[in-house]
Amino acid sequence: MNNCIIEMKEIKKYFYGVKALDGVDFKVRTGEVHALIGENGAGKSTLVKILTGVYQPTAGTIILNDKPVQFPSPQISQKAGISAIHQEATMFPDLSVMENIFMGHHIRNKSNGLLSWREMKDKTQILLDKLELDIRPDTKVNNLSVAQRHMVEIAKALSLDAKVVIMDEPTSALTLKEVEYLYKIIRKLKSEGKAIIFISHKFEEVFEIADYFTVLRDGKYIGEGTIADITVDKIVQMVIGRSLEQMYPKLEAEQGNIILKVENLTKIGVFKNISFDLHKGEILGFFGLVGAGRSEVMQTIFGIDTKTSGEVFIDGEKVYIANPSDAMNLGLAYLPEDRQIQGAILAMNIRENITLPIIDRTSRHIFLDRNKEFEITDEYGKYIEIKASGWEQLVEDLSGGNQQKVVLAKWIATKPRILIMDEPTKGIDVATKATVHNFISELAKKGIAIILISSELPEILGMSNNVIVMHEGVITAKFTREEANSKKIIRAAIGSISK
Amino acid sequence: MKDLFRKREFNLFIFILFIIFGVSWRTPSFLYINNFVDILNDTAILSMVAIGQLMIIVTGGIDLSVGSSLALSGMSVALLNQYHPGIPIFMIILISIAIGLLLGSINGLLVSRAKIPPIITTLGTMSIYRGLVFVLCGGTWVSAHEMTEAFRVFPRRSFLGISSLIYLSILIVILFLIFLNLTRTGREIYGVGGNKIASQYVGINLKKIQYIVFTLCGGITGLAGFLWVARYAAAQSETAIGFELQTIAACVIGGVSITGGSGTIIGVVLGAFFMGIVYNALTMINVSPFWQMAIQGFIILFAIIINTVMDKRNQQLMLRKRSFNE
Repeated sequence: MNNCIIEMKEIKKYFYGVKALDGVDFKVRTGEVHALIGENGAGKSTLVKILTGVYQPTAGTIILNDKPVQFPSPQISQKAGISAIHQEATMFPDLSVMENIFMGHHIRNKSNGLLSWREMKDKTQILLDKLELDIRPDTKVNNLSVAQRHMVEIAKALSLDAKVVIMDEPTSALTLKEVEYLYKIIRKLKSEGKAIIFISHKFEEVFEIADYFTVLRDGKYIGEGTIADITVDKIVQMVIGRSLEQMYPKLEAEQGNIILKVENLTKIGVFKNISFDLHKGEILGFFGLVGAGRSEVMQTIFGIDTKTSGEVFIDGEKVYIANPSDAMNLGLAYLPEDRQIQGAILAMNIRENITLPIIDRTSRHIFLDRNKEFEITDEYGKYIEIKASGWEQLVEDLSGGNQQKVVLAKWIATKPRILIMDEPTKGIDVATKATVHNFISELAKKGIAIILISSELPEILGMSNNVIVMHEGVITAKFTREEANSKKIIRAAIGSISK
Repeated sequence: MKDLFRKREFNLFIFILFIIFGVSWRTPSFLYINNFVDILNDTAILSMVAIGQLMIIVTGGIDLSVGSSLALSGMSVALLNQYHPGIPIFMIILISIAIGLLLGSINGLLVSRAKIPPIITTLGTMSIYRGLVFVLCGGTWVSAHEMTEAFRVFPRRSFLGISSLIYLSILIVILFLIFLNLTRTGREIYGVGGNKIASQYVGINLKKIQYIVFTLCGGITGLAGFLWVARYAAAQSETAIGFELQTIAACVIGGVSITGGSGTIIGVVLGAFFMGIVYNALTMINVSPFWQMAIQGFIILFAIIINTVMDKRNQQLMLRKRSFNE
């Protein structure tokens, strides 16, 4: 048992009082593929970031080859033999394969101190041959497929003489054939005694490739074991693990007429034949894995992207939405996923942020009416309980949860009839989450039709009247609240409906 | 008032007082009211054009062509005045503004419609506009004796001891204070600069905003073109070469974020005034002209460093306050 290469004990990580990790144990042995399993927000990424030196643990110890170590920086972790291959490959697209592999640890000529490109090229070729990659060392990364880029990242890890290779959702953008190839490489690395930490949402992959697993939930260690001795059902149980009814009060679903009807909406290469109905007062959950195309569908409906074909009806009438202004005039509002990039304007204050979409209502002719702005901000800011020193406070000085509330207030102030919310509780603390959930329920009660995109299963199950599941751009299942359960939803989300 | 002088603007104000105090201690004549009127006259044109530059920088762009636009509109009206002395002065002013608006709107169209990045667009038009100045004048000057009296003295005409140049710059400041702070378009300008994607989501038309800021900046530059050639009583092909860098410097000193989204008119006006004071002070305390440029650059950098340091300290105080609140 003591061939553990890495042992993390009682790891704790707090962010401003929020417990991202609360006493997690994690052991990895040489020559094993170790699956790290958990929902979004379970603490997997935080654990990996501690292991790779990006974050410092609040408490706990890391033992490497029986010696306690510390990783104050990514470079030190890398030197110790730990390499991470990221979900979205972090590469320099305009540089060559060789330059990418040796970025940060270039080989120098011993006599004159200049870079020795010839040696790096030879070494790159050896690595590429080993990975059976049919590309040249001086090919630009730009010209590679996603799978090939992953392989280059693996080559980089090998060039660093990594003992532990961390793969975070490595298959999310790969085709079936490429996944097979990745498995082959993983097995090869394993046979050479490398330890591989494999992070994936897809249970079928875990059962295919992993030897051992550790489950995290809500930042806590739940359990571990060998894959051979466990069933899918048991793991799902461990991953979800809580009684949903306790967390989300059942909604009294009083649904009205169909307000939004989408028919065969298609954008070639992104999603196809998306059809659904949305009723007044309904919360329609959209579940899927990253890259399933949920946000893209909504952005198309909202006029940010253009469709290839398909129709949208509001109140039974066919509508043409060419840009967000059109959508807003029809009573739509879109709360985007990334509050910092798509939602809030950080350099503006709360009042200016909240009144920006309703600038028509808060201005007389071309002039702004500050009193009106203040009135509306006060109304919605208090309603949504934004905690700030005043409505003139800059949004960049607010906490993440309060920034999200500002974005929420901004869109609710538009008095939408249809509210699309994309991951409204992503990355915010538990208390704020609860407030946001209450608002969603309240808005639905008022008759607003809500589309809730979420990657958190409990949120989808707890909040929605109906659930739509998407996988790779198509709708794979629709459930009513009564029919829905986590197993069915996850099956549909990973695309294996047949089982 | 608390809002007006918060953060960077206030720091800069203190810094300006500090310089005034320091210089007048060595050269008491620096403090004479006449000297200050001189400084205001010297910085009036810079303040105006810097306000145009401010609007563009706030949207995340930059305008390198202001110096050339200024020269082109100035040269055009100077030639017009030389060959058609009968045209009344207010017509001259309107024509100068119109030429500026045209040049600015060409920049605006290239940026918003052809989607060429502002720095590239205006790098190109900077040369084109400057080239047109050469074409227009054929390499010669329009000098004082070729201009009409009314043309030449217009900027110096004074009322209550203050020149029309200063009145005009105050008018521009007030107009754009209102425009940027009290109108919808003004708010949308800050929105676009603060977060392009979020602005798109709330239905702001990015192209329209880009077109507007470049055109308005052009209009101000056009007015400045007339004022410049009239004040110096000379229109040359080298008029206002390098002026674009001064307008950018005034913005940066005034606390405008070069990446867009924030910056105030008060800050920019103080920034321009600061540059005027430094220039004037260096002359007053008899710094050799050979050294002046280098020292000017050094003081500008120093002012910006002080500003950034103070800003960081404010932010840290803010963060500490926040963690207490939570």
